[in-house]
Amino acid sequence: MTFLFYIFAALALFGGMGVVICRNPVSSAFSMVVSFLGLAALFIQLNAYLVGILQILVYAGAIMVLFLFIIMLLDVPKEEKRSFPILGGLGAFAIAGAFALLLVSVLGKSDIGSATIPPIEAASGPGNTDVHRIGELLFSQYWFPVQIVGILLLVATVGVVVLSKKELK
Amino acid sequence: MESALTLNHFLLVSGILFAIGLAGVLLRRNLIVIFMCLELMLSAANLTLVAFSRFRLEDGQPTYDGHVLLFFIITVAAAEVAVGLAIIVALFRSRETTDVTKVNTMKY
Repeated sequence: MTFLFYIFAALALFGGMGVVICRNPVSSAFSMVVSFLGLAALFIQLNAYLVGILQILVYAGAIMVLFLFIIMLLDVPKEEKRSFPILGGLGAFAIAGAFALLLVSVLGKSDIGSATIPPIEAASGPGNTDVHRIGELLFSQYWFPVQIVGILLLVATVGVVVLSKKELK
Repeated sequence: MESALTLNHFLLVSGILFAIGLAGVLLRRNLIVIFMCLELMLSAANLTLVAFSRFRLEDGQPTYDGHVLLFFIITVAAAEVAVGLAIIVALFRSRETTDVTKVNTMKY
């Protein structure tokens, strides 16, 4: 269990590093897929089966295909030389370092993080899977946000169509 | 080796992944790669949500509100990617570049 966690966490983190380091956008996209697969495995390790599958289907499937499609469509060249902006680079490392410092200090002080995974009681009855539970929550307690998200998707679809037209009248 | 997994493990992975994404957004110049790093940061936040949801049990079952929030995050991220890539295509049509340092007309 712990062994698998380290493997998949390393997969997610090295995939994420690949996105930042690779000069070719296509390599970045494929590193991203690796990172998302590792994350999905971590989700499944946390008994979040629906979310893990959604991560693979939506992110590693749909969104990354969209990215690759746009990279192919625009024929983006790889960056010629690795000339990171000096000020931006310093800022990036300063911010990432400050964030890491914050994380370590907060996690070190609080004892909430040392909790081990509590066991889940055995599922009883047919309606006790996580898909069932999430669906029930979505369509009872969270019905209004679901409607709003539907409108958001409609707006995004219309917006993309308008943006993609050759000329606006 | 056989030490049990704690909440800290998952929070640390999530935090490091978020920091990697943030560094990518600040360092890279290609708009498409910047977008990918944004997605990386969103996914890192997702891992935190799932971990907290798993470690807080109610009646022996995880609390699923975190999963519902994650569902919304994934939906909004998909919409955001669609609109963002459409904007990048429109930008490429008028400027022939996806380099953020070359899109600076409004800067001066």
